[in-house]
Formats: sequence, C-alpha cells, structure tokens
Amino acid sequence: MKNILQRLIQAFGPSGREEEIRSVLREELAGSGLELKTDVLGNLIATKAGRGGRLMIAAHMDEIGLLVTHIDDKGFLRFTPIGGQDPKNLLGSRVIFANGIMGTIGGEKIKDAKEFKLEKLYIDIGATAAAEAKELVAIGSMAVFVPHFTCQGNRIIGKSLDNRAGCALLLAVIRDLPPVDYQIDFVFSVQEEVGLRGARTAAYHLEPHLALAVDVTRTGDTPESGPMAVELGGGPAIKVKDTSLISHPRVRGLLEKAAKERDIPFQLEVLLRGGTDAGSIHLSRAGVPSGVISIPTRYVHSPAEMIDYRDLTRAATLLSAFMQQDQLFMAP
Amino acid sequence: MLLERLSTAFGPPGQEDEVREILRQEITPHVDKIWTDALGNLLAEKRGSVQGAPRVLLAAHMDEVALMVTHIDKNGYLRFRTMGGIDQRVLVSKLVLVGPQKVPGVIGSKAIHLLTPEEREKAFHLRDLYIDIGAGTREEAEALVSIGDGVVFNSSFCHLGDGRVRGKALDDRVGCSALVEILQRRYPVTLVAAFTVQEEVGLRGGRVVAFGEEIDLALVLEATTAFDVPDSKPHETVTCLGQGPALTIMDSTLIADPNLLTILRETALEQGIPYQLRRTGGGGTDGGAIHLTEGGVPTAVLAVPCRYLHSPASVIELNDYRHLVDLTDAFLAKFMERRTKLG
Amino acid sequence: MVDLDLLRRLSEGAGVSGSEGEVAKLLVEVLRPYADSVDRDRLGNVIAFKEGEGPTPRPRVLLSAHMDEIGLLVTGWEDGGFLRFSTVGGVDIRTLLGQEVIVHGTRILPGVIGAKPPHLQSPAERKEAIDGEKMYIDTGLKARDELERLVPIGSVVTIARKLQVLAQGRVAGKALDNRAGVMVLVGCLKELMAVKHKADVYAVATVQEEVGIRGAITSSHGINPDLGIAIDVCHGDMLGMAEDEGYPLDKGPAIGFGPHVHHQLYRALRDSAERVGITYQVEPSPTPAGTDAWGIQIARRGIPTALISIPLRYMHTSVETLSMRDVAETIRLLLAFIQGLESAFVEGLSCY
Repeated sequence: MKNILQRLIQAFGPSGREEEIRSVLREELAGSGLELKTDVLGNLIATKAGRGGRLMIAAHMDEIGLLVTHIDDKGFLRFTPIGGQDPKNLLGSRVIFANGIMGTIGGEKIKDAKEFKLEKLYIDIGATAAAEAKELVAIGSMAVFVPHFTCQGNRIIGKSLDNRAGCALLLAVIRDLPPVDYQIDFVFSVQEEVGLRGARTAAYHLEPHLALAVDVTRTGDTPESGPMAVELGGGPAIKVKDTSLISHPRVRGLLEKAAKERDIPFQLEVLLRGGTDAGSIHLSRAGVPSGVISIPTRYVHSPAEMIDYRDLTRAATLLSAFMQQDQLFMAP
Repeated sequence: MLLERLSTAFGPPGQEDEVREILRQEITPHVDKIWTDALGNLLAEKRGSVQGAPRVLLAAHMDEVALMVTHIDKNGYLRFRTMGGIDQRVLVSKLVLVGPQKVPGVIGSKAIHLLTPEEREKAFHLRDLYIDIGAGTREEAEALVSIGDGVVFNSSFCHLGDGRVRGKALDDRVGCSALVEILQRRYPVTLVAAFTVQEEVGLRGGRVVAFGEEIDLALVLEATTAFDVPDSKPHETVTCLGQGPALTIMDSTLIADPNLLTILRETALEQGIPYQLRRTGGGGTDGGAIHLTEGGVPTAVLAVPCRYLHSPASVIELNDYRHLVDLTDAFLAKFMERRTKLG
Repeated sequence: MVDLDLLRRLSEGAGVSGSEGEVAKLLVEVLRPYADSVDRDRLGNVIAFKEGEGPTPRPRVLLSAHMDEIGLLVTGWEDGGFLRFSTVGGVDIRTLLGQEVIVHGTRILPGVIGAKPPHLQSPAERKEAIDGEKMYIDTGLKARDELERLVPIGSVVTIARKLQVLAQGRVAGKALDNRAGVMVLVGCLKELMAVKHKADVYAVATVQEEVGIRGAITSSHGINPDLGIAIDVCHGDMLGMAEDEGYPLDKGPAIGFGPHVHHQLYRALRDSAERVGITYQVEPSPTPAGTDAWGIQIARRGIPTALISIPLRYMHTSVETLSMRDVAETIRLLLAFIQGLESAFVEGLSCY
C-alpha cells in the first residue's frame, strides 16, 4: 500500500480540479474488474455488481489548495483558499501548480499578530514582472502543497494524506475484495474539502442502502493539543460524531463488532470540528444509514501530515471485515 | 426601461409577487410553457429548434435584500430585522417602503445632539433603529402595515455619469432583465428559465428549481461585487465596472464546471465580447444549490459587476449588462457545436 | 386534552440527537392505537400514518415535530472516575454547573457535574463563566479501567430532571423543546380518531433537529407530502427581555411568518384559529433556519410549509417552562385546520 500511497500523493488534485488524481486512480483500478465511470461532477465510481443491496464506500480524492485571484505589477500572486487553509501553515510553504510551476508563500509585514490572515500572504513564483508571471500562471490557476513522502519506522509523513490515505485504503481493499453477493459502489469523490459536494450527488445517483466514508481524523496525542481520545498507532477510529454526522448506531455497531471479531484494535472518535462525505450521504433522498472509518492523522491540512502505517493497514482489514458482516442490509 | 421597472419593484424574500407579475407579463408571449411552483419560483420552458437538444437551466433571482417588520410599538413605531446580508450601518436615515401597499416611512434614530461623545463613535445597532411611518399609535400603524411585512429601500432609479445606472435591487434584477431578453430568441437548445425566490436568505428557491427537470447544464445570471473604488488595493477589487461580465471560477457555494467555463471563454474571445474573472473565493449564488440537485448539474455563473451591492443605491455599467446578454446569447447559439469540439 | 403523565414520560425520557431510541420506542407504543401504521425510517424518524376518508387523491399532510433533545457526549476519561464531555446541539454550558446527570454507558450511571467551590476561586475567577473544557462529570467510580469499560467514548449524558408542575397549569422540565411538539402530534392523532377528515395525515417525530434539521430533510423527501407543518417551540416572554423578543405564555400558539412559510397556508391556519375561537400570536421570522420547516420546504420540488410554535421560557436549559393550555390550543388549531382541508386548497398552493 505504501507504493500506491506515494504515487497518489504525487498527483495534483485540488477541489474542482481532480483530473490528474482521477486518472492515476483509473490506472490503478484498470485491472480490478470493476466497472468504472465518471459522473457529472467528476466523481470516479468503481462498481462491483451484485444482488441483495447496495453499499456505497466513499473516499474523497480532492485536496485543499489555493486559487490565484490577482497578479500584481511585480509578478506576486494573491490567492483565495480552496478548503480549510490556516495562515500559520501557509507562510513559508512551497506550492506547485498543475503545470509544475513552483512558488513559495511570503507575507506582508504586520504589526499585530491578530492581523495575520490569509489576505496578508502571497505566492512568489520568482517572476519579476506581471507579464512574466502571466506566462507561467493565470488568474484562476490552482496550486497545492508540493508533494513529498517519507516513511520512517511505522510513521508516514506526506502532503495530502487527507485523503489520499483513504484512497489508497480503498484500492487495497479492492485489490483483495472479499467474496460478497451484494453491490458495492466505491466512490472516489470530488469537492469534499469545499463542502462534501461530490458525495452528495453521487449518493443521490447511486441510491445506496448503506454507506461508509473513509477519511482522516485528528488526534489528541501531541504536546498541549486539544483534548481528543484518538492517538496515532491506536488503530483505526470508528466515528461516533462530527459536525456533519452522528454515525448510525447500527453501522457503528457493525464496525465495532467486525473489529472485535478480528481482534483489530480500534478507537472511538468524537471530532469536535470537521466533517466527512458521510455527512452528505446520510441525508440523501429518504436517508442512508452511514458510518465512517477514520485514519488518525496529525497536522491535518498542513503541508506535512503524519499517519501511522499500521493504522492504515488495520483500517483496511476492518473495512474488509465489515463488508463480510452478516445481515449488513437488515431493515432498521 | 424594463430594468428600471424591475429595480423599483417590491420584492423582499418570500414576497416577490410584484416582480413575478412584471416578469410573467414580459415572458408569457415568448415561451412555450409557464408555471409557478410551491415556493413561488416562476418557471418557463422554451423548446429548442433541435430535437433532443440539451436542456439548459437559466436562473436569476427575483428577491432583494430587505427588512421585515417584527413588532409595532404603542407609539406606532415599527421594529424590524434584516432579511439577507444588509450592513446595519447603511440603514440609518433612509427612506423605505413598507409592505405590498408600499407605505412610505423613514428609518430614524436618536439625533446626534442627544448622543454622548462615546455613542457618536459607535455604529448604529439594529436595536437603536426603528421605522417611522407617521403613525401615532399602534392602532394607526396597524391600519397601514402588518407584522411580517417586508420593507425595501425607497430609492430612485437614475442614469449616472458615463453609461452607468444607479438603483436598488440591481442584485439581481439585472439577471432577471437579461433572462427576459434571452427568452425572446429561440436557440437550438431548450431553455428552462427559473426566476427564483429567496436567494438572499439561503438559496431557497434555487434548491428546488432543477429537481425533476432533467437539466443538462445551468447558467446563473447574477450581479456581483465590484470594489474598484478609492482606497481598495488592486488585489481587492473582485471585479471592475466596464470590463465586461464576470465569470466565476469558485465562490463559497460553487466551483464552476471547467468545461462550461472553457466554452464561455472561447465564445467571448471569438465574438469579441469582453469578460473578466471574478477575483475572490467568497460569496454565493443559486448556482451553489442548483449544481448539487439530484445527481449533479454542470453549472456556471455570469454576473454584472455592481458597486455597493445590498445597499439602497447600487451602481452598474450598462455595457457590462449588454455584454452579459451578448455572451449568454452567443453561448446558447453555439453551445452544441462547441460541446462537440470539446468532446 | 393534554395528558400530563405522557408529557412527563416524554420529558423525562432520554433522546439526545442521534440517540433517540428510548423516546422513539415510547412514542411508537403511544401512537399505535391512534394510527393506521407506525414505522421508523432509516434515520430513525417515527412516522405515524392516519388515513383520511373519501376518494383518492386525498390531501397529504405532514406534521413534523422533532423528538431529539440537546445533551452531552462523553469524549474522554480522567483518573478518579471523571469523564470529559462535549455538547450535542446548542447547550449553554453555564447552566451545567452542579447538575445531576444520567450517564448512558453500557449501563445507566448517575453522575454529577462538578464545580470548583467558591472558597477556592479568586474574586476574578468568580466573575467569569466556566469554560466547558474545565468541566467534568464525577461518576464516583474509583477504577479507571472500570470507567472505560462502563462508559465508552460517545456515550450520551442527559440531565436528571423530573418534570415539575408549577402554578397556573405551567410545567418546567428538560427537553420540552420539543417534546411539547411531540405531545401535540400525539394529541392531534388521538383527537382525529373522533372526527371526520379527508386528509391523509403523516405525523413524524423527527431525529437530529438540534444538530442540523437532519431527520426532517430525509423524512419529507420520503413522504413527499402536499404540505408540511412543523411544530416546535419559540421563546416565551421572560424577565429582562424586550417586548418584541418573546411571546407571552397562555396567549396561544404562535403562527410563524417569513420566507419559509407559504402565504396561503399561513392564512388558512389563521382562518382556522379564528373559526374555532383560538387565541393565537404571530411569530415573524426573517431568516428562519432553526426548525424542521427549514428542511421540509426544500424537499424535492419544494413543499408548501408552515410553522406553529409553542411559547417556552428558558429554552435549551433543563428548566424549560411552558403552559399546558398553549399545548392544548395548538392541538385544537391543527385539528381545526386538518378537518377543514380540501383537495382544491392543496392544488392551489403552487399558483402564485
């Protein structure tokens, strides 16, 4: 899974511009035997046909980024955030555009720390004049953090582990698909970071009876961090609640049961701020019982996020075990 | 001028009747089918000249930011709250019209002579303001207005400077007016026109107009912020008057469909129609609601740059409006060929 | 008309958003004798259906009242038997100090929300409201491993509060937002047994309103009614409030008016009240996002929607106070409306 994850991380894919990551995923899925299609908003849907019910499993493929809104006389770029960007993370970060142009993020001189906002930052691509800059990037161009991937012991450091880790997990499960009768729609969704949008239309279209999202979650195991009973290396987290979703008790129960049966260590997660695709899926049509498998992740939305590789492999085992639970689609 | 009639019409969110009536009369002779839905959206269909051509939703919202009467006190003063994003500081000392009968009133506040020096430094808060319609008692007031009545600015519409106009509610009566013009022509594609309600209180009308209509793509015709004024920095302008309609790449509710954007930009270049890109990621339109309907609808937004949005007097340049109509027209005329080319 | 014992059971039952099982079970049992069918849908909404009389198509009416309540959720353990918690829905954490609570772990545990005694606080500290992160629930358990076993992360916590009857037919308790509305659903279906009505009535007790109107979004899509009426609570008048900020108790239900309310439906509700002599109030809501009406209105092609609210003091505390008479009058208003409902009225709702 590490090699695949590394490859996914290299791919460019801010919300709304997921073409490159989608084509990498398509290549990875080519030999899977699943039926592939891309829908109106750009979600990549890999379907295993079947009878007796439909399970939707979503992992978003988009990542946070920046959108250029202005190019000044000297060739500096102003930008607006795509998804949840924290100015503290941005200053001094390197970013890359779809065409490979790189930039570094600088900031205006400010007197008061309270003024330190995104509006005070700019991207410097080394251009010396507007005309030179405009040959390299245009207003409306999008950039993401420069890809990197490090594996050190059990820990992985990389950009956009949110949510390429989830995508890698789905690919791993697809590669070793358990023998089940029902239909499964694996959705690599778009535009999660700007409001859970791709999953919403995909769920409407697919009409699942049951749904899971696979995404990252925060931890409470770093110095003086906010309180949260999730740690790196403690196993996959089964979500109880976040801002977008209260997990369906039955789905959550089945996840816990699957983990216990297979002796997979797991953690229960209450995320105080944040949401996942399951937030929009569960409100589709007349409602879809939904839950989430989360990969504990430090420094979410920073240029260098960190996960524990064992959490990822165990999350894959958990997902596979969940898929093999009896009476997955029993009426509530 | 239709835009003038639309601008001065009364249309708070949920109380768009007067605007809807003007539009119904304007479009009825030009469309194949016209109807309203449960929320009060005005919809119309105009079949394309080509069998099986795509169904294109064109949307513009009828409502405007407004106030609502929430209380009438014993001395006949009206208390109110805002409907939609109004900067409370613009309210003091304005003329208003209350309710569908358009009862004139003024927004009063304590006179400056009576304020302490500290009070003078502070912005007016909603609780310090009230509407005076001249009534002396609650009963006198209740004979003229009701709790729940919408309140709009009583502003005149006028031509201003070089080819510009000033008026209230140009957001989004410019879009309504443009859509009326478009409906007078027939295109290869089928048009589904939606004049929506309640955009300003959360894209309410826009959420339901595409449902069940088998829409292939949507264009939203809007007004958007122009901040090309003294003391704004070049990167803060968002849009500038006179540079053509603004195309949205991303706002807080929508990332515009990249293929539609490409077609719009190519069409503009080919036809020599000026356009600009909207240079902010903030704000939102009915497009945010429409593109997430059912299984998703590819959506783009074209907007007339507008200064002083959501205030009693906003300003646009008529050429920008004209170019918005021209670009929409050229897009619809050539869409099927361009789509084929794009693959 | 209002069954005090049932209101007591509804108020005292646990039903924090997402964990409505206990109150839902009670409701299914209570509604069954008055309905043709009672079901729970995929998200847990309780849907009671009562068929109207006469030929189809009959008007299809949705009555929606949320059954969930705000509450607390366990987020962590501390040595000494203490639990950390976060809130579900808009809890005013200042009201939590010193409360007796019920912890719904693998079994029910009593607890108390502790507070630093005033003696140990500096004068400056006493003036500040206490931060939620500094509060904890004391379960009395001594062994941490036992605590972890009995109270998994994500267990819900409710305030231990018995319904208190006050003077003048007023009652105080927890979760009257919106068990009072649920009480109206029950009362309405019960009374409909005794009268003729053409409309098919779907009475839905929704889940997860307090965390984002979620149950109403899916139930109204599933039922797809001709019109929807949300029944909820609004702010009652109380000391220290301006006269335009709240609605007096005992002056009847407040009929909502605003962008989310269909004008003809609003008019019909007022006409119904006037026809049968019900005192009512008007509640203007310029940008109303906080009730089931918000979710119902935009289902599918759009649903004509109205809102009726019962005035309630001290909303989102554990001593919410209302008048039983207002609840009874709300039931009477809905009955009058439903009895008078004709197909022609429903068909006209899309004509503007």
